[in-house]
Amino acid sequence: MIKTRNNKAWFLVLPVVISVAFSAIIPLMTVINYSVQDIIGPDQKVFVGLDWFKEVLRDPDLHGAFLRQILFTLVVLAIEIPLGILIALSMPAKGWKASLTLVLIALPLLVPFNVVGTIWQIFGRADIGLGGHFLASLGINYNYATNPLHAWLTVILMDVWHWTPLVALLCYAGLRSIPEGYYQAAKIDGAKAWAVFRFIQFPKLSGVLMIGLLLRFMDSFMIYTEPFVLTGGGPGNATTFLSIYLTKLAVGQFDLGPAAAFSLIYFLIIQVVSFVLYTIIQRNSNPNASKQVAQ
Amino acid sequence: MKQALVQPSTTQSRPLRPKFRIGSVLLPAYFILLLLPIYWMISMSLKTNDEILAGFSLWPKTLTLEHYHEIFTNAAWYSGYLNSLTYVGLNTVISLVIALPAAYAFSRYSFQGDKHLFFWLLTNRMAPPAVFLLPFFQLYQSVGLFDTHIGVALAHLLFNVPLSVWILEGFISGVPKEIDETAYIDGYSFGRFFFRVFIPLVRSGIGVTAFFCFMFSWIELLLARTLTSVNAKPIAAVMTRTVSASGMDWGLLSAAGVLTIIPGALVIWFVRNYIAKGFAMGRV
Amino acid sequence: MARIELDGLAHAYRPNPQKPEDYALRPMTMTWQDGGAYALLGPSGCGKTTLLNIISGLLRPSHGRVLFDGRDVTDLPTEARNIAQVFQFPVIYDTMTVHDNLAFPLRNRRIPEPEVRSRVAHIAELLELTSDLKNRARGLSADMKQKISLGRGLVRKDVAAILFDEPLTVIDPHMKWQLRSKLKQIHNELKLSLIYVTHDQVEALTFADQVVLMYDGAVMQAGTPQALFEEPEHTFVGYFIGSPGMNLLPCTLEPGNPDGVQIGNLSLPVDAHLLEQVNAQSDLTIGIRPEFLGCSNTLEGASSRNLPATITRVDDLGTYKIVTATLGAHTLRAKLPEDARVVTGPGFLNFLTGQTKLYADSRIVR
Repeated sequence: MIKTRNNKAWFLVLPVVISVAFSAIIPLMTVINYSVQDIIGPDQKVFVGLDWFKEVLRDPDLHGAFLRQILFTLVVLAIEIPLGILIALSMPAKGWKASLTLVLIALPLLVPFNVVGTIWQIFGRADIGLGGHFLASLGINYNYATNPLHAWLTVILMDVWHWTPLVALLCYAGLRSIPEGYYQAAKIDGAKAWAVFRFIQFPKLSGVLMIGLLLRFMDSFMIYTEPFVLTGGGPGNATTFLSIYLTKLAVGQFDLGPAAAFSLIYFLIIQVVSFVLYTIIQRNSNPNASKQVAQ
Repeated sequence: MKQALVQPSTTQSRPLRPKFRIGSVLLPAYFILLLLPIYWMISMSLKTNDEILAGFSLWPKTLTLEHYHEIFTNAAWYSGYLNSLTYVGLNTVISLVIALPAAYAFSRYSFQGDKHLFFWLLTNRMAPPAVFLLPFFQLYQSVGLFDTHIGVALAHLLFNVPLSVWILEGFISGVPKEIDETAYIDGYSFGRFFFRVFIPLVRSGIGVTAFFCFMFSWIELLLARTLTSVNAKPIAAVMTRTVSASGMDWGLLSAAGVLTIIPGALVIWFVRNYIAKGFAMGRV
Repeated sequence: MARIELDGLAHAYRPNPQKPEDYALRPMTMTWQDGGAYALLGPSGCGKTTLLNIISGLLRPSHGRVLFDGRDVTDLPTEARNIAQVFQFPVIYDTMTVHDNLAFPLRNRRIPEPEVRSRVAHIAELLELTSDLKNRARGLSADMKQKISLGRGLVRKDVAAILFDEPLTVIDPHMKWQLRSKLKQIHNELKLSLIYVTHDQVEALTFADQVVLMYDGAVMQAGTPQALFEEPEHTFVGYFIGSPGMNLLPCTLEPGNPDGVQIGNLSLPVDAHLLEQVNAQSDLTIGIRPEFLGCSNTLEGASSRNLPATITRVDDLGTYKIVTATLGAHTLRAKLPEDARVVTGPGFLNFLTGQTKLYADSRIVR
């Protein structure tokens, strides 16, 4: 679409800018403020420059949390994206079955974060949980509260349960947008199922997959409530991801300075990765490239 | 518009899409994983606490509604429910009202700083909550919005508005610009055009955006909990606090959990026909 | 290459069709000769695409058989039929280069790579795509994309026929002409069987050796463009082919006159042997093409084939004139040479012998 150059369009954007800026700018300034000061008492603050930044970059606990965070995000993305695609491919295309499948699949998305934690707590505990009980009956001494590996597996399973639907629905929408003609042509060209996926379905999905990747990256990298409810970050520090660690630092130990400094670094990392993904999305959704066929 | 081109399928049509064989195993298996935890919570919510603690049972032996009864008669519980619905509703309406003109502007015009502005809006979904909560609390308290429904609704705009603008922009870009121009030539003013012609055209986009706003506002807990104490306390926060104070009342917790899923399930049912299109955010 | 036979073919989308209206495609038996260039012509919704999809195997017919060179392929899926098809909207594989697009059907059939390369090079040459082979297919113009779609059909050696489903719909007018001549040239060089679906009669008449005109799920007439023009077997053929279409005048038998019909209160001579074949209940129609209808202000030599009429309008279209005249309650058009001298006012219409057709219940009487 050729856009008209018109700076008056700012007036249309203004309400959005004001409402977001209200909640965004002042807290951000405050966090920046914390990050360069040492708060000793209610009215006693000392400017410390970049000391907190230097300190947190050397903090081994933070390194641990950071590495766990990266590992967690990579693992859930590596499971959720392919699984979401496979599920979208298996979903019925029309009729009441399609409606029912859609509704059921979307269900976990609308469960509040802490309820997700609660659901998996109830489900996973060996004493009262169906899943825990089942594993115990298989002779597996499963306990996510004491065994770090079990805790990890449970947290990952929980995230997969919660967010694979988002990827699946995105892909489902992408698949529905492929005109029949493509499948007909592929038949005539003798393409087998894999070739159809590789050359027709996957290219069409790449746009929505980038959106899914962006949203899942942001949210999994900031995950807090679900593991907090389930494991509280334990056992030990096994499931202490970045947000949980930062909360401990800021609220538990009231080390606002280092927590703020690291929050800013954290924020920056998310922004850089998101910016890369976002740029790719913008390039992909160039409307002139693919729409001729679909119209 | 694209949909219209898809030929109607016919009874004797040979299947065009390659049959996905793993799907016939994968999909049922996935549904079991998906539904079992939910089933378990529902089942727990209908058991007496004695039964839960006495030992393992696949389904409730003595069905009881006592937990639900407790929630519906105790103001501390049901008011949390109403609070959540109130601020989620407010947030959805405000998000749509301010995101629509902005999305229109991003889709139709280029202006000073538009690209940067758009990304800046998105970055606000990326602020790690942990440390930002304290300044949020201070800010909302200082302007008198602490523990009000509108306060939570405003705070949730932070992540819902950027997403709304993004989704709506995708849908609006799918509406040919010629429609705007024709309307202006026909003598429509901008306002009349926007409400009479344009909004009906992007109806499904609006439906989907409302779904996303509802979803993200409904499931968010950290901000909602931090910015409220009594009057606007969300159901999810009621769950965490009440339960930790009185030990683990699993049955009550489950019942409250089940009740938090129901509004979402209703919303999905109403927008199910838009989901397929909407989840692509108008961008396929 | 193959001869395609349709044997008692019919298709209904609903089960258990009772009335003719239940069929999307009414029962038909016909043969498409090997190496022929056929056009399947008809207005939108007449069943052309259904027929095409049955031939290509995308759709299984509810009744009858499809034979390729005498072999029954009704139950064979598309992949097993050696059919190529080009669709209304160009289908290309976005992520591939033009070369890979053209090679795709061959690679899917596990043709050795050296042969793939030589076939692709040959077809690219033919379609003038050689210079684009290394480019990505995604950014190309619609006509280039459609050439690639066509190329994917042509690279395969074994195709029984190439089917075209309104392939020029999204192409710019001046490119349409080029692509059509390209197709014609390819047909002459490769002697392929081509079936070309279109609703545009000019496209059909200039492209095809044989035109099959369909209406409402039934074949109205199959024949050369000339036959469709001169001998329309059905009033719909007369009406649909030609611009303007055939003049159609409802008429009745004239009591006591074995070689004439009545149009309103005028009488027009018709061969007695034609009228003998007509039974009294039939609805009769006289049809004459504007090209064969004479028109003048004065009577040139008295003849019973001249009927008085009122000329209401004369349009000079440069190379010819279109005259509109009313005869009783009916309006007719005549196509006259540019130098014909006709003015509005009273005049006469001349119904040329041999070109004045008689239709009974819309079917031609011979």
